[in-house]
Amino acid sequence: MKRNSLWSWIVLVLAVLYFALPLIGTFEFSLKMRRGVYSFDAYRVVLSDPRFQSTFLYSVTMALCTIVLGIIIVVPTAYWVRLKLPRWRPIIEFITLLPLVIPPIVVVFGYIRLYNTSSWLPLTGSAWGTNVLLAFGYATLSLPYMYRAVDTGLRAIDVATLTEAAQSLGASWLTIMGRVILPNVSVAVLSGAFLTFAIVIGEFVMAALLSRPAFGPYMQLLGANRAYEPAALAVIAFAITWLCMGLIQLVSRFSKAAPARI
Amino acid sequence: MTDAIVAAPASQPPLSGGRMSFAWLGVVPFLLFALLALILPTLEIVIGSFTDQAGSFTLANIANLFQPSILAAYWISIRISLASAFLGCLFGFLIAVAVGLGGLPPWMRSPILTFSGVASNFAGIPLAFAFLATLGRLGLVTVILRDWFGVNIYALGFNLLSFSGLTITYLFFQIPLMVLIVMPAVDGLRREWREAADILGASSFQYWRMVAIPILWPSLLGTFALLFANSFGAVATAYALTGSSLSIVPILLFAQIRGDVLQDPHLGYALAFGMIVVTGIANGIYIWLRIRSERWLK
Repeated sequence: MKRNSLWSWIVLVLAVLYFALPLIGTFEFSLKMRRGVYSFDAYRVVLSDPRFQSTFLYSVTMALCTIVLGIIIVVPTAYWVRLKLPRWRPIIEFITLLPLVIPPIVVVFGYIRLYNTSSWLPLTGSAWGTNVLLAFGYATLSLPYMYRAVDTGLRAIDVATLTEAAQSLGASWLTIMGRVILPNVSVAVLSGAFLTFAIVIGEFVMAALLSRPAFGPYMQLLGANRAYEPAALAVIAFAITWLCMGLIQLVSRFSKAAPARI
Repeated sequence: MTDAIVAAPASQPPLSGGRMSFAWLGVVPFLLFALLALILPTLEIVIGSFTDQAGSFTLANIANLFQPSILAAYWISIRISLASAFLGCLFGFLIAVAVGLGGLPPWMRSPILTFSGVASNFAGIPLAFAFLATLGRLGLVTVILRDWFGVNIYALGFNLLSFSGLTITYLFFQIPLMVLIVMPAVDGLRREWREAADILGASSFQYWRMVAIPILWPSLLGTFALLFANSFGAVATAYALTGSSLSIVPILLFAQIRGDVLQDPHLGYALAFGMIVVTGIANGIYIWLRIRSERWLK
């Protein structure tokens, strides 16, 4: 196995070079705003920009709404399909994978045409309606990840027995959903939620084409007009993605340590 | 087992017409959501690409796609997607093999997979910024190559805002995605197969050529199709890198929706329809090969 491992190390070193250099390059560039010395000026400028704060807050709010919407749509469906409609499984799975087939730009183009001001459901006519549309779009984007996470989570528990036990104790469907199923798949839901958060925060196309003041279009605008601030933004965005993935690792490790709740 | 559950709420009166006939009501909210947020908008585009302004059936929009500028945009999009998918598969596979079988310390596996998770989601605008800061005209690597090694890559014809630049940038999310997807397949290679090949006197090369690669082939090809679709639909990175200067299909469509290039909205429908066809074919190949490869990896 000696000859193998030398070759593996070469691959690893090349990979580390390719993946580390852009990150180092970005970080280094983001520190160069003040001529001649390294400083965090670019970060200070970005963080104190009121548009940064408002767009970031907007995207965080949208991400949280999307997560709630995703949970409401995905968890009962995945549960119900497992419990009562095993034959529907392939169809539902196929639908949840469709967002990977249809590019987001096509979906949002469809929204603009289907829900424009002269249509049967003029959502794009008001800011509120457009926000709803954007949340729908984001929920669509995260559907494949959310559904697979929750479905995997449900596989680990005995849905039928849990439901039967709860029903024989007189629980309503709402109680079963909220107090039996959801807590048992909370790790899977959290994983899906963090991934959704990471996707929504950096999303550009949907927000730009629906003209909403989100973080993605703000980053693009800044990138077109400034030199050092975009690099600082990229570092911040990477840190957020990293944080989300770290949290996914953390919750799944936590779940392995804790005994399964039934 | 299911019967027991269905029979459990004995206090409820039996529904006329059979209980199972109402079970589908449970997925209605989901289907409604999928219909409104995904299926109807897509249908609108597909139908729109086959109708004219007056609403009657026509193939003219599709025919209009076959003009030189649009064909060129499709061609460069397809080339970038092929190149980034191929290189992504190759390097991602090498990394997966190095991590899975290559004798790297076991503790490295988890950080590498975590980083793959991060990097495969690090697409879009920030990725473009990162590469501008690295391989742009004043980027870190460009400057290091120029000052330390006397190699001016821009004088040599490299440009970040081009086919090669975009491909290199896309690899940042393509390679990690490949690592994540192909890792289970590499882990599924049984030790016995390698031992059997060794006992029969096969060299390492023969083992890979005649045993491992044929087994992994559907996985590799399927992931290739997925990576292709992944980069074909990517807009944000390219848009932030090149603005509208590089005419790839998603950027053309973006500009069309914004209303600054093409005058005919139905040509926009056709452009979008073309994208669905291309990514649809790629994903179809992926799903088909995925089903085939799972036979081996049980």
